[in-house]
Amino acid sequence: MSETVTQAHAAKETCPGGAFEPRIIGFLCWWCSYTGADLAGTSRIKYSPNVEVIRVMCSGRVDPTFVLHALAGGADGVLIAGCHPGDCHYINGNMKTAARFPLLMKLLKQYGIEEARVQMEWVSASEGEKFAQVVDKITEDVRKLGPLNWNSVVSE
Amino acid sequence: MESTKEKLKLAFYWAASCGGCEISLLEIGERILKVVEVADLVFCPCLVDTKYKDIEVMPDGALDVTFINGAIRSSENEHVAKLLRKKSKVLISYGSCACDGGIPSLANLFTLKDIKQHAYHETDSTDNPQRVEPRVKHTENGYELVLPELWNTVRKLNDIVRVDYYIPGCAPAAETTWNAIEQLLTGALPPLGNVIGAGKKAVCEECPYTKKDERITEFHRPHLFRADGEQCLLEQGLVCLGAATRSGCGAQCLQCGMPCRGCYGALPDVEDMGAKMISAIGSLVASNDEEEVKAVMGQIEDPAGTLYRFTLANSLLVRRKSDG
Repeated sequence: MSETVTQAHAAKETCPGGAFEPRIIGFLCWWCSYTGADLAGTSRIKYSPNVEVIRVMCSGRVDPTFVLHALAGGADGVLIAGCHPGDCHYINGNMKTAARFPLLMKLLKQYGIEEARVQMEWVSASEGEKFAQVVDKITEDVRKLGPLNWNSVVSE
Repeated sequence: MESTKEKLKLAFYWAASCGGCEISLLEIGERILKVVEVADLVFCPCLVDTKYKDIEVMPDGALDVTFINGAIRSSENEHVAKLLRKKSKVLISYGSCACDGGIPSLANLFTLKDIKQHAYHETDSTDNPQRVEPRVKHTENGYELVLPELWNTVRKLNDIVRVDYYIPGCAPAAETTWNAIEQLLTGALPPLGNVIGAGKKAVCEECPYTKKDERITEFHRPHLFRADGEQCLLEQGLVCLGAATRSGCGAQCLQCGMPCRGCYGALPDVEDMGAKMISAIGSLVASNDEEEVKAVMGQIEDPAGTLYRFTLANSLLVRRKSDG
């Protein structure tokens, strides 16, 4: 986890021409969204390369600590993707995510973090097209907002 | 040290704090006499008339044990913390504010500019037609007055200096303080950097209420709801931080029917208290309907102030982004 974040830092520094490329950490559930991402790949759908994927067994495994870690560690945005409601491999793991998410968003708002930086989406294994759209959308949303650069916020 | 019968030298400093930590030391009752038998209080701005100069002239390491309470939020706090670190053999972070930022660190949800604007211009009791604000330097009749600078971000003590041991709590409970003092006097101490005096398990271990493994359909605020006095408060819809908070306080708030507010700080393996509580609270809702779950969770007001009431300076994000 922290390794990925460090990589995000390193990659950002070497970005050519100084143009801003969002670094987004994507937590994808193994059963639906990761398979959906695979489908997007095998179907050769083109989409933004800005989301760095971390595969988790279930979106319910995404402890809000992971999200805060990603943002504090240099990510500009976070995507959480899981199975559609009712489709969870673990019956209701995604409902845990659905419950945590609004409270996490309320918390992030108090920290002054824009809503569009952290997004949750349901992507099934057959939705390669949707996965590509979701990634493009969050990338463009975060690109509009600019870098988050939380290190500089903390050192204020 | 025993052979010379020389007393230990103690110091007790307050940074950004309310003074409750000094009072909590007296809460150990007559046991304080045992402390006085073996130790002298050589520096304590709250109780003894000593000056910073008295500390500055001491040789390095002259103080045996120094307790610092309060968060660090000004150049004065920083200066004294660094000075005391140099002069102390053992430096202890005492109380929530020093350990995790405490209540003062809730100021991190605002900027220094917001705070000054509110305190010096907007409160109902303010009468400030010249719009005066405190400045670091002021010259009057050729004399220069220098005041400490207030920081934009409130820090915890170990952001500024190396801390040897931590004693948590707002204020630390008498038993916690005494356990820690006993450990210090007998030398039965854990490795440096550990918490002393408090427990290693969650407050739930000391809580008088029973878990019935039930789910909830709504959240309540403590001042608008009377709990039944038997069942786990979380299961009754009150946001209680006991599940993510370190034990050692004897669950005092819960004994009085109030939910735990988290003053002992995060459990040993919890990195960010608020995030862990969001995780725990998210599993409480009875419904499996997305919209319904969202509506129930939306009832929780002020998550940052509730879930990080004592630990904002020790959270992963630390402070609010100013332009957000």
